Amino acid sequence: MAQMNMIQALNSAQDNLLAKDPNVIIFGEDVGYFGGVFRVTAGLQEKYGKQRVFDSPISEGGIIATALGMGVNGLRPVVEIQFSDYIYPAFDQIASELAKLRYRSNGMFSAPVTIRTPCGGGIRGGQTHSQSPEAIFTHVAGLKVVMPSNPYDAKGLLIAAIEDDDPVVFFEPKRLYNGPFDGDPHQAAIGWNTHPKGEVPEDYYSLEIGKAEVVRPGNALTIVTYGTMVHVAEAAVKAAGIDAEIIDLRTLLPLDIDTIAESVNKTGRCVVVHEATRTSGFGAELSAQIQESCFWRLEAPIERVTGWDTPYPHAMEWDYFPGQQRILDAVNKTLQGG
Amino acid sequence: MGNRTKNRLHIPDAPFRPGDKPDFSHLDIGVAGSVERPPCNSKPMEIRDLAYNLVRVLDDDGVAHGDWNPNLNPDVLREGLRTMLLTRKYDERMFRMQRQAKMSFYLKCTGEEAVAVASTMALQPADMLFPTYRQQGAFIARGADLFQEMMCQVMNNELDPMQGKQLPIKYSSAEKGFFSISGPLTTHFPQAVGWAMAAAYKGEDDIALAWTGDGSTAEGDFHYALQFAATYRAPCILTVVNNQWAISSPQTIAGGENTTFAARGIGYGLPALRVDGNDFLAVYAATQWAAERARAGLGSTLIELYTYRVEGHSTSDDPTGYRPRNEPEFWPLGDPIERLKDHLIQLGEWSQQQHDELAQELEDYVTECWKKVDAMGNINDPEYAHIHSAALFEQVYKEMPPHLRKQRQQLGR
Ligand SMILES: Cc1ncc(C[n+]2csc(CCOP(=O)(O)OP(=O)(O)O)c2C)c(N)n1
Ligand SMILES: [Mg+2]
Repeated sequence: MAQMNMIQALNSAQDNLLAKDPNVIIFGEDVGYFGGVFRVTAGLQEKYGKQRVFDSPISEGGIIATALGMGVNGLRPVVEIQFSDYIYPAFDQIASELAKLRYRSNGMFSAPVTIRTPCGGGIRGGQTHSQSPEAIFTHVAGLKVVMPSNPYDAKGLLIAAIEDDDPVVFFEPKRLYNGPFDGDPHQAAIGWNTHPKGEVPEDYYSLEIGKAEVVRPGNALTIVTYGTMVHVAEAAVKAAGIDAEIIDLRTLLPLDIDTIAESVNKTGRCVVVHEATRTSGFGAELSAQIQESCFWRLEAPIERVTGWDTPYPHAMEWDYFPGQQRILDAVNKTLQGG
Repeated sequence: MGNRTKNRLHIPDAPFRPGDKPDFSHLDIGVAGSVERPPCNSKPMEIRDLAYNLVRVLDDDGVAHGDWNPNLNPDVLREGLRTMLLTRKYDERMFRMQRQAKMSFYLKCTGEEAVAVASTMALQPADMLFPTYRQQGAFIARGADLFQEMMCQVMNNELDPMQGKQLPIKYSSAEKGFFSISGPLTTHFPQAVGWAMAAAYKGEDDIALAWTGDGSTAEGDFHYALQFAATYRAPCILTVVNNQWAISSPQTIAGGENTTFAARGIGYGLPALRVDGNDFLAVYAATQWAAERARAGLGSTLIELYTYRVEGHSTSDDPTGYRPRNEPEFWPLGDPIERLKDHLIQLGEWSQQQHDELAQELEDYVTECWKKVDAMGNINDPEYAHIHSAALFEQVYKEMPPHLRKQRQQLGR
């Protein structure tokens, strides 16, 4: 075991697979010589050579399209889209091509591409370095969508994503790269060495895609969340002394509805939390599925805590970000409801 | 994996990496005055060599040569010098203030002042500018209020024209014809063509000018721009600022290894010029040439402005990780401010003493503006972080829809 932050854990996952499988190849903007603007691929070009880890032109559509072609021709490409805010130029190649290739050829062609992309805010990044577009990709049949919340999961899930024969969009909450974040920007930042999931094996291991985790057991209500908000929710209920059960989805699609339903059927109350905008956000899907599975056990309406339906602002970041207080307001409403 | 052929991926590199001694003597930068200026109505096919040469007017001693010399009035040259110098002083101060954590982000254009300032000055005030984040010089050349439209924006304070919505340096001014700077790269390039198409449709004389970076030419949007510009002969000037770097990626990664960025125009049938971007006179002259063409109904020109990014990409970047620390000192095309200064001195229209006085005057002006701004607080102050809360929900739509009203109420600010 070693102490790793999320950047190191993601690096280690790619390192393990470059060593294990000669068909794994890594490229993207600034990922080669420099090792990525967030340093997630640092040292990999030096270790595995320029044929296997290299810089790409600034062309997200080109990155995904060529990764698809490589994937069809036997490689297992892992590509980085520098910020998930910049994934849209590649949307056609992802949504029309990568996602649907297997289906349209009835299984004759497919491409095991992993798209790594940093997402989320809380870093003063403004409108185009802060977005959380995960729901858009869950709406496209043929894609798997993963978002880890800690180094241990990040490594195990990235390995599973790369080894998966279907395309995976792998979101990395960049606010969590260097440490967990409780949602309070005025607190001094803490590192992953303070968190048990900062302990990461150096060797190969993988975690199953499609499995949520109960990160905090409890009985009063269920909070369903993922990414950065796992930590904000944990801090909120801890501070308020609420006996909440918190589920970290880890994978959005395929969704582990069994784990969620088991919890909500036990607690009878549920709050869904994400950073992304509200309307048609992933919380809408969660609410729908939870009521389908748990309607007769629910004692109060399902609450959603989300970013507002505005572009991500710069100066008003902490008005936008669904912090501890907004979570607690919803939790209290749910607890009083019914 | 097969070993049957010599076929391997070619991964372009940078000319120099940390530890190397930079030496740009391999670059063919030509000689000032050696490239002929063709008539503005030349056919693109007849002037293809201009996409591979380098239009230069000023030599290393500040002497102007050849028929690209725009023969500008010394007052115009002094205004250009002043604007470039103010841009640099502004950059230096804002960069230092970002380092003191007064703002979240800053980005300099050091060494690239001419590509923004000379291009803008060669146009008419009603012409529309479509900048990237590195053309603050163009905004200053358009008469931006350094205090209110620029410093207050980067500080997101109560006079910020964007009311805190945008990252520092993402300026916008409808009044000054400076299009709102976007985050995704080169999306504005084809938009500029659309603006120009509207001008042509309306039978107006106004033209558009857009800048993009060498790295950004790899985006599909770059090619949309060239395609539409060529098809419809849009009155638009499309410029590629080739500053050799795109964050850590050398221009070779963008496909500049065996050709020029200007040459991208040839395939689309556009006239294309390749110009010394650190030469105020050459940039001015090239823009004038393209503007005259556009206003004559002959459509778009693609101009590569050949320059060098002297500083890191932004305050988030440390270039010593991917290029030699002293690489900028070896760039063979010098500094645009020094070169224009030398030219004015050589003309007998300027002196080192006047230059020092101007530098001091601009420094004082920047300080004076900064003091006013600094006194207004910054987003690190807890109460200050909410001054734009009410604006959070505004301008998402023209009229605020009910669901946003409700969300605003919920926020309670
Ligand atoms: C669509 C998109 N992809 C990636 C980025 C991240 N990014 C910002 S600036 C930059 C480099 C641009 O280089 P270049 O076009 O040469 O312009 P320069 O910064 O040199 O002026 C990158 C990759 C972005 N802003 N937008
Ligand atoms: Mg560049």
